[in-house]
Amino acid sequence: MSETPLIGDLGGTPGAPLSGARIGVITFPGTLDDRDAARAVKLAGATPIPLWHADSDLGDVDAVVLPGGFSYGDYLRAGAIARFAPLMAKIVDAANSDAKLPVLGICNGFQILTEAHLLPGSMIKNDHLKFICRDQTLRVENNQTAWTNQFDEGQEITVVLKNQDGQYVADEKTLDELEGEGRVAFRYVGWNPNGSRRGIAGITNAAGNVVGLMPHPEHAVEPGFGPLGADGHYSTDGLGFFASVLSRLVEAK
Amino acid sequence: MSTQTTPKFNIDTVEHAAETPNVELPWAELGLKRGEFEEIVKLLGRRPTAAELAMYSVMWSEHCSYKSSKVHLRQFGEKLTDEMKKDMMVGIGENAGVTNLGDGWAVTFKVESHNHPSFVEPYQGAATGIGGIVRDIISMGARPVAVMDPLRFGAIDHPDTPRLVHGIVSGIGGYGNSLGLPNIGGEVVFDSVYQANPLVNALAVGVLRHEDLRLANASGVGNRVVLFGARTGGDGIGGASVLASESFDNTKPSKRPAVQVGDPFAEKVLIECCLELFKHSLVEGIQDLGAAGISCATSELASNGDGGMRVELTNVLLRDPTLTPGEILMSESQERMMAVVTPENVAAFEKVMEKWNVEFSWLGEVTDSGRLIITWDGETIVDVDPRTVAHEGPVYNRPFNRPEWLDGVQKDAFRASAAGKDLPSSGEELKAAVLELMASPNMCDKSWVTKQYDSYVGGNTTLASPDDAGVIRVDEETGLGVAISTDANGRYAYLDPYTGAQLALAESYRNVATSGAVPMAVTDCLNFGSPEDPEVMWQFAEAVRGLADACQTLGIPVTGGNVSLYNQTGTTAIHPTPVVGVLGKFDDVARRTPSGWQQNADGQAIYLLGTTRDELDGSEFANLRGHLGGLPPKLDLEAEKTLGAILINASRDGMVDSAHDVSEGGLAAALSEMVLRFGVGARVALGDLCDRDGVDAFTALFSESQARAVVAVPRSEEVRFNDMAAARQFPVVRLGVVDVLATSLEVQGLFELPINELREAHEGTLPKYFG
Repeated sequence: MSETPLIGDLGGTPGAPLSGARIGVITFPGTLDDRDAARAVKLAGATPIPLWHADSDLGDVDAVVLPGGFSYGDYLRAGAIARFAPLMAKIVDAANSDAKLPVLGICNGFQILTEAHLLPGSMIKNDHLKFICRDQTLRVENNQTAWTNQFDEGQEITVVLKNQDGQYVADEKTLDELEGEGRVAFRYVGWNPNGSRRGIAGITNAAGNVVGLMPHPEHAVEPGFGPLGADGHYSTDGLGFFASVLSRLVEAK
Repeated sequence: MSTQTTPKFNIDTVEHAAETPNVELPWAELGLKRGEFEEIVKLLGRRPTAAELAMYSVMWSEHCSYKSSKVHLRQFGEKLTDEMKKDMMVGIGENAGVTNLGDGWAVTFKVESHNHPSFVEPYQGAATGIGGIVRDIISMGARPVAVMDPLRFGAIDHPDTPRLVHGIVSGIGGYGNSLGLPNIGGEVVFDSVYQANPLVNALAVGVLRHEDLRLANASGVGNRVVLFGARTGGDGIGGASVLASESFDNTKPSKRPAVQVGDPFAEKVLIECCLELFKHSLVEGIQDLGAAGISCATSELASNGDGGMRVELTNVLLRDPTLTPGEILMSESQERMMAVVTPENVAAFEKVMEKWNVEFSWLGEVTDSGRLIITWDGETIVDVDPRTVAHEGPVYNRPFNRPEWLDGVQKDAFRASAAGKDLPSSGEELKAAVLELMASPNMCDKSWVTKQYDSYVGGNTTLASPDDAGVIRVDEETGLGVAISTDANGRYAYLDPYTGAQLALAESYRNVATSGAVPMAVTDCLNFGSPEDPEVMWQFAEAVRGLADACQTLGIPVTGGNVSLYNQTGTTAIHPTPVVGVLGKFDDVARRTPSGWQQNADGQAIYLLGTTRDELDGSEFANLRGHLGGLPPKLDLEAEKTLGAILINASRDGMVDSAHDVSEGGLAAALSEMVLRFGVGARVALGDLCDRDGVDAFTALFSESQARAVVAVPRSEEVRFNDMAAARQFPVVRLGVVDVLATSLEVQGLFELPINELREAHEGTLPKYFG
């Protein structure tokens, strides 16, 4: 993805064509990657809007990112409590509305989206039972979603993977449906790092506006500060997610 | 305050204590010596109450009072020069040292031990080690930005080692990963001397704006004292005294209840909530609750401030309502902080607590009485001069003498020993030795450990393990950043503690310079056996003297650290293990130098900086042959300074694209690691090096001579690079070239080692033992 254009520069330059796009980044008390997500939004040229879990409205954002972390500690089951946050009800409504608010759930965000039933399935502890942090190659299986349209179908991208409970599971019927409807958005390449069913790293809802994945695109946006790609150079493949949603927002306007 | 709801104990009040001078008190069970107890009685003019006894026992413990080490640690202050003080904003004595980075930024860092708890209860011991050091960093007004963990375990094949490795590594990951702090480096060493005494040291680093600096003192009479964070429970009672300040003894009951239990979510919330308090200047002084809990926080805050404080102990929020006052004072429950707040800021303070859903309770207020008065339901149970608790505890000038066995050990040089016979010399033998070395427990790939830590969170990590130093960006606008490395070599320090401690500093300094950063400050975690053994005490005294002298020569101050004694079981002590962390500064982290050849480095020239001598005593190669004797490698701090300056200049001016220090495992390890880092091959020849330094190929590969580094220099920079080294009269020899197409490390005329074979050997070891 080295050809991904850097749409804007750090700071969401006022006057840049897309700096008007407002992308909400939700922070729960135990969220960890919110600043990273906000940085990725800025680097893509849009304006990050901080959202607080206890807020009661979405503040007119054009899209929402649920970043990684441990929401409320996740001692029960990752995301199980976060789905009841006041803001989550608004996000569920907006995602299911006619406007189809684009929503990206990363890691803990993905776990929360499954708990909130915006996406099917669930995550359990990695099959090797350990936390794992590594540079991970993914294959883009669906490039029609709000968050993947700037990738090529079948393109291999490198982002960071880091989780303890990243093993995606669902019943066979659900998995068959996801495959049949082309709703597997990303699959692990090379090695399945957590035992996910059918190597699934990320999925989308039927409308393509809600995408969840375990790996972290927001950590692959700046050369020198992220994973090494397969070619031995720093990957900025994560920018493609944010460029995709901006492209979708421009189309919609 | 209602008296009806407060549980009633048979309260031992000050009044009662004065009336009943002959009551037997359990001072010995609490870890106090007879002389210490008598001193307390003298200070108070009466017997202490149960609560006072609890306070003194934890605060006068070795862990909290540094009573055996104080007389030696003074040298870190006495040997400070003006040059060393230039950028030091806060030195030893506060929760952590603070160093000026310029542009209004400052950095704070410190390394601490959590050794004993981690042996008893590996997961929670290691987890709360991270928690404790992170709270020290927050207490300075800083945002924590990274952690590191130097770890030492017993023999890799000992049946108890997997329990400790799994528990400790997952504890560090489980806690640190939940805080959003990248883990950017550390060490993993296996040696049977650490059997039953693993070393779990934790380093944290934080950044702050100058105006956010906070200190631990309670000033301003009438200001309110507040305890916030987690509730106080029965965990960790006696952690500092009976656990950390005694040797293990198999005949006594388990000390497991003395280990604290961590809640990383509570700590994460505490970090954010404290940062919000600092942002709005809502606290006057702040102190974390770690070892010795409320005893420590109240007495230190009062002692550092206006000298007096009044606290009502029934206001403390409890997890267990049956705790006695003494237990409440001693509890080491985690994730708690104490702060001093002006009456005007009380409402704003409470609002921040409510936003983050953090529980708090107002305990009392600052006074100018010179006394720390603690009441239980209005009745006085503690009435002490806080300085006698916090700062004027016992000081021991413990006897020390050079061990009698040391002469024998130092005379037992590797070359002359049976282990030093039949050394590898042919190409095939050398190749096999390199593979054996790189697969050995200490030199093998540590990613089995580091992959369990999040190194990316925050998005500011630009170098992390296995690079020589971890590098973190501080300012996104300018690229200002810091590099940190921790190092220690227990075998060197065993052979010669004075030089061994200096070699640890030299290596850490070199690692930071190798990454391209300018070394600025030092933190140390001094892990030793029992101070009651005069030979151990001698090792400690020598190590401190060596470290203080070397800091002076290198011109960088120790800004903080920790002493961990009693790392021994029965009469067998660990190797003296002074872990030294060095922090360096980058004006722009974009200039940082990674430790391996890069994909775009084809044809770059490989140079070795420094002189190679026949120095195998205490080396990893000797360790492979089971030998430990002789003298550690020669220390040359002037050479280290020159080498550092060359590496820093070369990085700043773009003269090197990769650099790696040569230390444990010698040149063989350095070349192997540079090849493995990005999977890029190289062709080198040892002839010029051997001719110049008068050594054979084996010595060239495995000697651990200091003040050396390997660098890759782009062709266009070779002249400039050589000129710079020549101008500084520093030895440099060209070894060969980086070869992107090669799939091996070729040492010409000797052997060709395929990268795949090397990787398999290097990466196979830890999974083989730990799954």
